[in-house]
Amino acid sequence: MSLETLLGQPLRVINLGLEVFVTELESEGATVLHVDWRPPAGGPDTAALLARLDD
Amino acid sequence: MAVRGVVRRSHYRDSMVLMRLAEALRALPGVREAAVLMGTPANHEILASAGLATVETKDAAPGDLIIAVMAGSDAAADAALAEVERILTEQRPARATAGRALPRTLDGALRQMPDANLVTISVPGAYAKLEALRALRRGLHVFLFSDNVSLDDEIALKRLAAERRLLCMGPDCGTAYVNGVGLGFANVVPHGRIGCVAASGTGLQAVVSRLAALGEGVSHGIGVGGRDLSAEVNGIMTELALEALAADTTTEAIVVISKPPAPAVLSKLEAAISRITKPVVVCCLGALPLTAGAARWVATLEDAAESVVAMLRGEAWTPRAFGDPADVKSRLARARAQASRGQGILGLYTGGTLAHEADLILDPLVGRDAYRLVDLGDDEFTRGRPHPMIDAEARAARVREAGRSGDLGVLLLDLVLGRAVHPDPAAPLAAAVYDARRAAQAAARVLLAVASVVGTEHDPQGLDRQIATLESAGVEVMPSNAQAARFAALLTRPELEATLLGETR
Repeated sequence: MSLETLLGQPLRVINLGLEVFVTELESEGATVLHVDWRPPAGGPDTAALLARLDD
Repeated sequence: MAVRGVVRRSHYRDSMVLMRLAEALRALPGVREAAVLMGTPANHEILASAGLATVETKDAAPGDLIIAVMAGSDAAADAALAEVERILTEQRPARATAGRALPRTLDGALRQMPDANLVTISVPGAYAKLEALRALRRGLHVFLFSDNVSLDDEIALKRLAAERRLLCMGPDCGTAYVNGVGLGFANVVPHGRIGCVAASGTGLQAVVSRLAALGEGVSHGIGVGGRDLSAEVNGIMTELALEALAADTTTEAIVVISKPPAPAVLSKLEAAISRITKPVVVCCLGALPLTAGAARWVATLEDAAESVVAMLRGEAWTPRAFGDPADVKSRLARARAQASRGQGILGLYTGGTLAHEADLILDPLVGRDAYRLVDLGDDEFTRGRPHPMIDAEARAARVREAGRSGDLGVLLLDLVLGRAVHPDPAAPLAAAVYDARRAAQAAARVLLAVASVVGTEHDPQGLDRQIATLESAGVEVMPSNAQAARFAALLTRPELEATLLGETR
């Protein structure tokens, strides 16, 4: 998804975090999929490790 | 007094949902204090300091939800806990559609929406880098609302994004617009022909709201996070955003909004702007250009909006202290008809950039000793509690306290509207100002209040309604933050009238 393409296309959004943003985006005509996100077991240390491994 | 706590294991809810739950609990009969939060170490400290820690809550892990209540009786505490259980059960889970379970991960979401083009991330800061990395590595643009992301992590994310020509808007990006669609704390403004690059959320909100009032709309408002123009981040995302807006066919003019860039980044920014053939207005509050170029540099957010509109319409434009000097004179006369007052100005702000702008205006007019500005959105005030644009109570308490301050003459305030913020922020602020003014009056003093409202008539709160609420408490509402700061200066220093209102004398 190049930058130039994004600026000319309807938004198709994946939302991680605050649920309130889903309503906001939908009311402006964007297509939104909310993720039922939760922190990884093990907390921030695990997240840091996963950030190094994920590729 | 009864203190009760329960823990729901492995139950995550976002901070805004939790804040609303805590508010609902506090409103129940007999409840003195309540907290609904995840079991992070910081939250355990908050519970302890509020006297809400119990045997039950002390083992809660970061992934566990804690509900704690202090009430006047055992029965009231039990009723409150039962109520929160009921709400949690009813609300969960939001937004499962067409019988399809919500995905639990980004990859799961991509299987349901393989043509997604943007990921909005507002998870707690400790997890934000992981999710943003995953999104960028999968070729997706990122709007990163989360704060508390380290500078090193920000640099790593933005370098990766720039290599792949992807936007990484943030961290700590409060507001953005893509194709006219608002992200984060966004005002409802028309889609239009003016593109913005902003290292300031409230700065962007102030500019686009003013543009809307002038009959113009926004093509894109690319937020880059407040640290993008620091020496360390080196303007990585600002440069990419400028390039994108320069090439974008719907964008006819560009506005750059930030606090002063680091000196080395300022020259880089000027070089990037010099390559753009469209009209460019730069509002780096407190910074001047190093070299003369085609871009127009302005001193305030209001000037940025008015100036770019004038450029596009081929009209002459010069900055003015007040849009309507005659109106200011009648407001002044009204204020001066009141009794003696203190000389000090206290600014209680929810928008950091607005506080910074007020600082730049007040310092040369009244001198640094004559005013104090507090940015209540700063990290030191938001630790463990929501931003004051969502939760109005922290500022309301300070406004009431100001009513008891003998040397204070003027309260200077901002009010920021938009989607996802407080549904009626003027009401608690007006109530607090009313109380503060009455407290001052009881002590034979007059406390004046001056405010500006960032927002539009199409925002959920309605600009006119919010202004009317403030005015009903005696607040002088000015058309912009810059004008509000100048008016506050005029109220305490009558001799400034010649300088600030000279054009109509």
